[in-house]
Amino acid sequence: MTSLPRWADTALVPLFSLALSLMVAGLMVLWIGENPFHALGIMLKGAVGTAYGWGYTLYYATNFIFTGLAVAVAIHAGLFNIGAEGQATVGGLGAALVCLSLEWPHWSLALPAAVCGAALFGAAWAAVPAYLQARHGSHIVITTIMFNIIASALLVYLLVNVLRAPGQIALETASFPPGAHLPTAHEILGWMGIGFPKSPPLNISLLLALAGCMLVWVLIWRTRLGYEIRTFGFNESAAIYAGISPFRIVMTTLLISGGLAGLMAINTVMGEAERLLNNAVQGAGFVGIAVALMGRSHPVGILLASVLFGILYQGGAELEFHMPAIDRDMVIFIQALVILFVGALDNMVRFPAERLLAFIARTR
Amino acid sequence: MNKTIIRLASMIGWMACAGPVFPDPALIYDLGQKYDKSFNESAFNGAERWRTETGGSFREVQLQSEAQREQAIRRAAEAGDSPVVMVGFSFGTALATVAPDYPDTRFVIIDMVVEMDNVRSVVFKEHEGSYLVGLIAGMTTESGVIGFVGGMDVPLIRRFACGYVQGAKAARENITVIQNMTGTDPSAWSDPVKGAELALAQIGAGADVVYHAAGATGIGVLKTAADSGILGIGVDLNQNHLYPGSVLTSMIKRVDLAVETAFADGAQLETGIFPLGLAEDGIGYALDEHNAALIGAGARAAAETARKQIISGEIAVHDYIQSDSCPVQ
Repeated sequence: MTSLPRWADTALVPLFSLALSLMVAGLMVLWIGENPFHALGIMLKGAVGTAYGWGYTLYYATNFIFTGLAVAVAIHAGLFNIGAEGQATVGGLGAALVCLSLEWPHWSLALPAAVCGAALFGAAWAAVPAYLQARHGSHIVITTIMFNIIASALLVYLLVNVLRAPGQIALETASFPPGAHLPTAHEILGWMGIGFPKSPPLNISLLLALAGCMLVWVLIWRTRLGYEIRTFGFNESAAIYAGISPFRIVMTTLLISGGLAGLMAINTVMGEAERLLNNAVQGAGFVGIAVALMGRSHPVGILLASVLFGILYQGGAELEFHMPAIDRDMVIFIQALVILFVGALDNMVRFPAERLLAFIARTR
Repeated sequence: MNKTIIRLASMIGWMACAGPVFPDPALIYDLGQKYDKSFNESAFNGAERWRTETGGSFREVQLQSEAQREQAIRRAAEAGDSPVVMVGFSFGTALATVAPDYPDTRFVIIDMVVEMDNVRSVVFKEHEGSYLVGLIAGMTTESGVIGFVGGMDVPLIRRFACGYVQGAKAARENITVIQNMTGTDPSAWSDPVKGAELALAQIGAGADVVYHAAGATGIGVLKTAADSGILGIGVDLNQNHLYPGSVLTSMIKRVDLAVETAFADGAQLETGIFPLGLAEDGIGYALDEHNAALIGAGARAAAETARKQIISGEIAVHDYIQSDSCPVQ
């Protein structure tokens, strides 16, 4: 088997897979009697055609960057963390407790504290599956997905019985104090004199997510710990032979992973809702798996894949709004097609691409 | 300059041909399935009835995430829809943020109170209807044990349970009411197998009437009751016909009526808080050919009397939400 050059691996194959999935989605749209090009136009215009659209696209992308990084860090150690959903849920609890605990004077103080709270709670939620994996070999695919369910049950219990504002029927806490309000894109760009619509929930968390991308890159490729994580991921026996403790690597990696997933709550809970809601994560943890796979577990790839999924989310909402024939199930179907082609059917494009490139190389 | 004029002209042209003379109403569903055998579907039924009767059209919006709540309300208002109707208490905070930005649009929220000039809040007194079916259950049971199966354990469902227990105790002082909730996450609304299990457990403990407030989960409760030869009580819609002869009655919550009325009232509907209870026929219990033989004359008379007494205020049914607790168990 020949391997692909870097440009083909990182750009050609994903782009081609994306085009294929859009073609199949287009056929589906055609089948229900709508014009696929018109639909694609609405999607793109709604997601990236206006500042308003970008505001939502990047807001969703911020969520996916955090969960995507969480999954990717674990993948480098050969661990498949599918518990980002639960870790983000519990991270939200951490962020909310921090925000509600004090009358915060200014967001610049509240943000670091809430970051610690969200990351600690997220990491703590990953700690039990991590320990069970490291000590007893209980597979984290099983344990983390179970912990997702426990997290959702725990959150509802707390919202119903402990944290809910009295007499309030909705499952949500009281609103955070004004000092915990994170600057939105509207405010930040306003300081620079740039106009940006007020309603999109995009906020300073995006910068936090970009910083997260940088730090993960440094961690994985520029530190001793990252080297150990990758070694362990490539070959566990070799890593043990080289004196790397599997217990330490599994624990550390999953704690970092859980912490990153927990940070997603800064965007949804602190940045958008400004109170703890029952459904704040809503599948972003699972989208993170697709994002990490599509982004080849590299921060740059994750960033691009996150923006793509942001476009699908925001464009999908616009599509549903403007084309009554396309309902939410259809939108989810299109999103699923992209995941299927780009994530799961990767080899369908990769093998022909390898052969084609090999053929071109030979004829030269 | 030229560009601005062209843009303005095209905007006016667009409004002239695309802008409806009478704005269309919009319906925003709560997170979850549209056909959920519960309030989303009930809301849709009301909107459909309005459509067939008037020949009008409406926009419907389904959501995929929490962040889309505010977005959906805003988009509908910006598109010129009015009234914009949303079902579910979770819209409360989002609507409170959006409503002041569109003073000319009328909003309707169901199951929640948002006090603003352009918002109609429709809330149901589920405890009143639950009291009546509890009363009927209490007068029908032979074993002195009845059951309640809730969906997700949330305050709203505890309101159903609390009303039910109050009604049952009014019928029979020493009655035992076994209460179970199906789960703590939204899947609890759509798990008929779990519903059947809980009903079986309650039957095993002696229950011979079981009331559910659990959406699609409750279908399993009613089926198990029918299979085991005991009586079930339906919820939200009239479910008497599902297992004729085995459904004692249904506690009816007319979400469809609230949506239909809002659509019919149109873009200039009256705002304020609209509590729908027994007095407004927004809440009731079902009596039809399927259960006529099941409810005894005594129970029927008692339920009618209690209905009148609740309407007149002689009986005050405690609302769980008011105190976050229930005086009876």
